[in-house]
Amino acid sequence: MARRLLSIPFAVPALVTAGVLLLVVASNAVAAGGGSGNVIVDLFAWFTDPQNWLGDRSIPVRSLEHIYYVLVSMAIALAIALPLGIGLGHTGRGGLLAINVSNIGRAVPELGIVILVFLLAGYGDLPVIVALVALAVPPMVTNSFVGMRSVDPDIRQAARGMGMTGWQVLWRVELPIALPLVMAGIRTSAVQVMSTATLAAYVGLGGLGRYLIDGLAQKQLTQVVGGAIVVALLALAIEAILARLQRAIVSEGLRG
Amino acid sequence: MNLFRWSWVMNNTDVILDKLVQHLQLTGLALLFGFAIAFPLALAAIRWPRLYGPSLGITGVGFTIPSLALFILLIPFTGLSMATSLIGLTIYTLLILFRNTVEGLTGVPREVSEAARAMGYTRLHQLFTVELPVALPVIVAGIRIAAVTTIGLVTVTALIGQGGLGQLFITGFTLHFPTPLIVGFVLSVMLAVVVDLFLVAVLWLVTPWRRGRS
Repeated sequence: MARRLLSIPFAVPALVTAGVLLLVVASNAVAAGGGSGNVIVDLFAWFTDPQNWLGDRSIPVRSLEHIYYVLVSMAIALAIALPLGIGLGHTGRGGLLAINVSNIGRAVPELGIVILVFLLAGYGDLPVIVALVALAVPPMVTNSFVGMRSVDPDIRQAARGMGMTGWQVLWRVELPIALPLVMAGIRTSAVQVMSTATLAAYVGLGGLGRYLIDGLAQKQLTQVVGGAIVVALLALAIEAILARLQRAIVSEGLRG
Repeated sequence: MNLFRWSWVMNNTDVILDKLVQHLQLTGLALLFGFAIAFPLALAAIRWPRLYGPSLGITGVGFTIPSLALFILLIPFTGLSMATSLIGLTIYTLLILFRNTVEGLTGVPREVSEAARAMGYTRLHQLFTVELPVALPVIVAGIRIAAVTTIGLVTVTALIGQGGLGQLFITGFTLHFPTPLIVGFVLSVMLAVVVDLFLVAVLWLVTPWRRGRS
């Protein structure tokens, strides 16, 4: 499926390559940023520093905060995007609007939303959640709409001919066939939300973005690299979990 | 707190215009460099299909790395300069453009390529006068996605001292004053709409043979 962001068979070699590239870039970066000159030594020290594993600023706590932002925003975004995309796809109305709005949705600056909601609503989780929901909705609307529309009209007619009601056609015929594309949208959104949740740290919130924002402010690039690695691993993990979920729920007859 | 003050906009038109131009510059250059790299890469991936899978995997993994981290890690090399933001943005456009260019070119019907070869076209001639025009809609679709995404992403580079309209977000944050934020937000979304429509118009102009169809 061309729309899929990551294909699992390629994820491992790709991750290794990307990791090596990141290390090469990072080793020079960290050396210039006042580290020991060896990024692997610095990163090892960072990842094994007990301070990074205990207490309320540790990697586990930051990861949990990060995952919390992602799960809450994804839940809200799913509740908005799926009914919208699937409903529009089922009726076949408003398609051009849905696709154009979500295309432009890619340009919505998350940083702007985070700061704006922060100024209006004050300190709290709301700024990051609003921004992440705005980020996650468009790909899921487009993909579920396209998925529903790509169902062969003959199949829909056959279901109708068998006496199915509109709801039955939607639930038992169209949705199962559209599921691979719907899931592709969810996976794209989840990965983007995971990496964009780092912006929460700019307005003083938690999450793994703290390592990026603090590292930038303190010129400690080791924690920027460390934080980025944890975020990337979480993104790959959520992608792998969703891919597995997809395999479990997509009808066997539809697997190519 | 006053949500929106026109007086601020009036007093700062030159700043706003300046940021808008910078935003457009960063987007345009990133797309240009991205395409200059993605196009030969796509040709290579078509010539050697074994490269395609891993390249696609790497592009996927690229999206899992927070863009902010990428920009920060480039600072030691290029400083808080335009180059830093440009390199990062180019990498992200590359990821999108590569995939669409490959998809466009591999989607050219075999009969079309074979007909061109039968007419005695050389490989290069065939690529530029037959396959590329046929693939153009898919390639332009990729450019549209890349352009719109980049316009959004440019604002992130405000955190490393660039950012075009994203600078207005930082101004709003430091002044605790929403007006610059709203201006930056609205203008960057409007810019995306205008650029997107512009690309649609360009595609329409350069593909006269598609106009008959709906």
